[in-house]
Amino acid sequence: MPLPRRRIGVRMHQKCDICGKVATVTLTEIQKGKTISKHLCELCASKTEGIPVKSHTPINELLTNFVMAHQGVQNELGVACEHCGVTWAEFRQSGMLGCAHDYEQFEKDLTPLLQKAHEGATHHTGKVPTRAGATGVPRKRKTMDVTKLKRELAQAVESEDYERAAKLRDSIREAENG
Amino acid sequence: MAMKLSDLTGRAGEWLRGNGPMSEIVISSRIRLARNISGMPFLTRASNQEKHVLETRIRDVLLQAPPATPTLYVDLAHAPEIDRQLLVERHLISKQHAAAEGSRGVAVGENESISIMINEEDHLRIQVLRSGLQLEEAWDQINAIDDALEAKLDFAFHQRFGYLTACPTNVGTGIRVSVMLHLPALKMTGEIEKVFRAAKDLKLAVRGLYGEGTEATGDFYQISNQTTLGKTEEEIIEEFRHLVIPKIIDYEHHSRRALLNDHTVALDDKVFRALGSLRSARLMASEETLLLLSHLRMGVHLGRVKDVDIRTINELFLLTQPAHLQKIQGRKLEGDVRRAARAEFIRSKLNVN
Repeated sequence: MPLPRRRIGVRMHQKCDICGKVATVTLTEIQKGKTISKHLCELCASKTEGIPVKSHTPINELLTNFVMAHQGVQNELGVACEHCGVTWAEFRQSGMLGCAHDYEQFEKDLTPLLQKAHEGATHHTGKVPTRAGATGVPRKRKTMDVTKLKRELAQAVESEDYERAAKLRDSIREAENG
Repeated sequence: MAMKLSDLTGRAGEWLRGNGPMSEIVISSRIRLARNISGMPFLTRASNQEKHVLETRIRDVLLQAPPATPTLYVDLAHAPEIDRQLLVERHLISKQHAAAEGSRGVAVGENESISIMINEEDHLRIQVLRSGLQLEEAWDQINAIDDALEAKLDFAFHQRFGYLTACPTNVGTGIRVSVMLHLPALKMTGEIEKVFRAAKDLKLAVRGLYGEGTEATGDFYQISNQTTLGKTEEEIIEEFRHLVIPKIIDYEHHSRRALLNDHTVALDDKVFRALGSLRSARLMASEETLLLLSHLRMGVHLGRVKDVDIRTINELFLLTQPAHLQKIQGRKLEGDVRRAARAEFIRSKLNVN
């Protein structure tokens, strides 16, 4: 389910759509191309929209809270692992992943955490199991692929296919680091 | 598998014999590898049934996989608390492993230099412990065990992330290299803080006697790597072996010599007070025991005390701990009764002549 785009603002002299008190919160939602504005007081905003608003909250904190809440919703909706059921929020609380698939499932969100924990590193460079049955592909094969990828990258740049070039650049980087 | 847990109780494992390189300062070197079985959920998401399957499957492999062939296997789900505590005191399992629930176990081999925990935080935690500074030797040994197990078990591995672990702080190599150091002179001169700071700068963790979440008692410090991703196992060990540990050892040596040369009387006072208390006290708490043994150990190394050997002291560190004391005495001991038993045990070991 795509989330409606929302903007939050604080404006004076408006009355709350629900209770008629002074509205201090304006919510702007864009749904199906139409702009809908809601003017609410703090109490109604927190009741009906689930947005906690304190009158003396500095604006930057307010925005941070809103962005955090928004991200939380997105992660919870989008990414419960289909194998073990762990969500990003659950991982953040316990620090423990539920299964091997979570590393790919949460790859994007995990990367900054890994960098923080491992002196900036994002790729394994140590021992590789010799047994072929392991989940991954032995790294040796990747070195051969790099030459091919670089040739493709040169072609993509020449034909001004920058989207493809960017993808290839990332693949090369990954292969070289991994 | 002829061995029983009770066979371990009365003496120290090979790694605590005090005969390895640099053993006057380095008590032990330890390397552990975290591994998980491909296709099975990590333990926080594993059902009791899955935990049971994991334990049975891994145990069966361990019992027939040289060079890791264990001489002892303990089913921790059914072991009494005192036995689990004993294994913690011997560094063969972690506190967390002792306290966990469900199917789990530990295989111990080669005179306690190898221990393989099943269903700890990860499906497997392979550990090699050696006396003194022997990190390269420990790595060769654990690498061979890992190879042997890998031939029979399919480990979860990802080309980018390496060995996959339940906690991302262990991912990649899954390696934790740690060295247990005895640093009484640095503690006494207050310079230990510099070691902590240097360790922090190098992204190393400093912990107490029993690892994660334990206090440093008796001047023992466990230093270990935190980074497991982006460096090879050899690089991590190399840094430890040649960059970090020799500097701390030099520093402790230097402090010990300074105490000996410039503060001889103060040093002797500490050492002989410790020896006097250990040889005479009638009630001895475990924390106090660690501290006194620590001072005595330094006195022995500096040649101030000549009639006690390091090995006896190392054994006392182990055997005076609660579970060991109770196992040796064959009964439950609490409060003053336990402290009296401890004092008596120490006296019997130190007043041989």
